[in-house]
Amino acid sequence: MKWSRRVIKYMIEGLFTLSGGVTSLVILLIVVFLFKEGMGLFTNPAVEKGYALCVNAANPTGSLDARVVKQIFDGEITTWEEVSEGKMTGPIALFRFNEIFSRYTEEELGEDYALLSPRLQEVVAGTPGIIAFLPEEYLPPGQEVVKRLRAGNITPGSFFTGGEWQPTVAPAPRFGVLPLILGTIWVSLFAIVLALVPGLGVAIYLSELAGARARGWLKPTIELLAGIPSVVYGFFGLVVLVPFIQKLFSLPVGESALAGSVVLAIMALPTIITIAEDAIRGVPRALREASLALGATHWQTIYRVIIPHASSGITAAAVLGIGRAVGETMAVLMVTGNAAVMPRSLFEPVRTIPATIAAELGEAPAGGAHYQALFLLGCILFVITMVINLSAEFIASRGQGKGVGA
Amino acid sequence: MIETKHVDFYYSSFHALKNISMMMEERTVTALIGPSGCGKSTFLRLFNRMNDLIDDTRVSGECLIDGEDIYSKSVAVDELRKRVGMVFQKPNPFPKSIFENVAYGLRVNGTRDRSFIARRVEDSLRAAALWEEVKDKLRESAFALSGGQQQRLCIARALAVSPSVLLMDEPASALDPISTSKIEELIASLKQDYTIVIVTHNMQQAARVSDKTGFFMMGELVEFGDTKKIFSDPVNEQTRNYVNGRFG
Ligand SMILES: Nc1ncnc2c1ncn2[C@@H]1O[C@H](COP(=O)(O)OP(=O)(O)OP(=O)(O)O)[C@@H](O)[C@H]1O
Ligand SMILES: [Mg+2]
Repeated sequence: MKWSRRVIKYMIEGLFTLSGGVTSLVILLIVVFLFKEGMGLFTNPAVEKGYALCVNAANPTGSLDARVVKQIFDGEITTWEEVSEGKMTGPIALFRFNEIFSRYTEEELGEDYALLSPRLQEVVAGTPGIIAFLPEEYLPPGQEVVKRLRAGNITPGSFFTGGEWQPTVAPAPRFGVLPLILGTIWVSLFAIVLALVPGLGVAIYLSELAGARARGWLKPTIELLAGIPSVVYGFFGLVVLVPFIQKLFSLPVGESALAGSVVLAIMALPTIITIAEDAIRGVPRALREASLALGATHWQTIYRVIIPHASSGITAAAVLGIGRAVGETMAVLMVTGNAAVMPRSLFEPVRTIPATIAAELGEAPAGGAHYQALFLLGCILFVITMVINLSAEFIASRGQGKGVGA
Repeated sequence: MIETKHVDFYYSSFHALKNISMMMEERTVTALIGPSGCGKSTFLRLFNRMNDLIDDTRVSGECLIDGEDIYSKSVAVDELRKRVGMVFQKPNPFPKSIFENVAYGLRVNGTRDRSFIARRVEDSLRAAALWEEVKDKLRESAFALSGGQQQRLCIARALAVSPSVLLMDEPASALDPISTSKIEELIASLKQDYTIVIVTHNMQQAARVSDKTGFFMMGELVEFGDTKKIFSDPVNEQTRNYVNGRFG
């Protein structure tokens, strides 16, 4: 009957609208969640949560920069002269919380460590040059002998421009994402440099030169390439590529930016080929014929008419290829060596953002600064890929105004 | 001079041209008319071997230009196409400047001499009756021109490589009446230097511009002769019906 059809039609339409709405909402919620968790990082103190840095009350130093704290605990800074602009002198005496157990016997610390706090107070009071890293719950009372250093929060500046990513060092973890961002860009860009020429070559071959039969098996093969899980690429990279690169350039280790770029290039190829081929096929037949009818050879037609006309599509292909590479996790994690250092050459290990998240999220305590920093990395990745996709769309749409007139 | 002897043409198994024998004199305009799908374009595209671009096609018989069989193995197709220019139904300028559109054929020919190219571009645009309209905007995109101007640009582009034959496949069918009459005038003046073959659906146009007319139907050349005769006193009944607009 007619009305029952109408009802079914409305129901199906409603279902589609609903699922569209729910999907959009879920995506939006994920993004909001990502940013909410990530932004929490900047409410964290620069030192590990639950701990405080303390000095002797006679020490005039009021606060220390997180980087300085790290250098002190690394033993790179050993005297107060270096950090307090002459207000304080003498050697720095480092004191980590667990050292208390070697200084005092269990008896001296009392039953259930009841005397832990006063003992800590003793230590701090007795050492003028001390800097102690102590849990808040055992923080010795007595403001007149123990002074807490003001730590300040982790700042966006130190996060985005910091050159060190050491999220687990105590007492002041370092969250500088610059090496990770640069590592990601470095590996991805070089991957595209590697993939663009062969990708374009195959696209031209497929759309211009290949016969129906060659196309018939090559095209599905390339599409298959896109469907292979990235661990498989990573595995291939690890057992074949990494040793090969190590030998070829006689490197100490084969895991390097180059290995990552090569694997990513292979992975980005299907994207580049498919989109570039579409762009080349999209060149109007009339233009091809116009060129050939003027006595241009097939090759002249390809590089004088077809490639220029498809250039925006080809650029979009490259940009989307980069997008694919930037977000890739597993394969890169397996072959780049994962050293969170500023990338200096292609032959050294680097670390990308997705690899960092994948490798560290499991061991970062939920809700902690490290955990939030990883979420913020996720936000950065989201922004990068969004910018890439938007620019690909922009480039492609700009090219559409280039169709043949009239 | 263009001559075909017993030419057959196949799109895979479809027999599109059947035993066509025809002769087109130098410096004349030959019009090809006939109902849609009768094979006019296919026939026209034989002469610059544009049909080669389509997979799985076959041609037999002889196709001679100035006595040379253009389907023989020794003919280089790109050289042939420099001698036989083509203008398409829809204007199809390149997404380049007006100047570069006309210079294209010279450039792919390997011509580097700038002043020669500039001269050739001007001559071609003059010959296509477009020079006065575009001489101040040669560097602008060809798409900035009107449809009729674009079509004359395409004619100039074809002329720039100095062909001896000009093939035109419904060159005015996408244009307004004023542009159409400009193209027709142009054909009349180009006749002095070129052998022109033109496909048209417009009977008046065929009558106005051509010296000879061939009437095609279902892949066969039904009648071929002086345009005056074809339009006033055709031998064949079908031709008479067609030119009088009774079918097609
Ligand atoms: N690429 C092709 N593949 C297969 N058949 C084709 C192809 N091009 C044309 N044909 C067929 O060949 C016949 C002649 O086509 P052609 O284009 O030469 O006709 P036409 O006379 O130019 O028609 P119109 O006046 O509509 O342009 C038609 O029946 C058409 O269907
Ligand atoms: Mg036609």
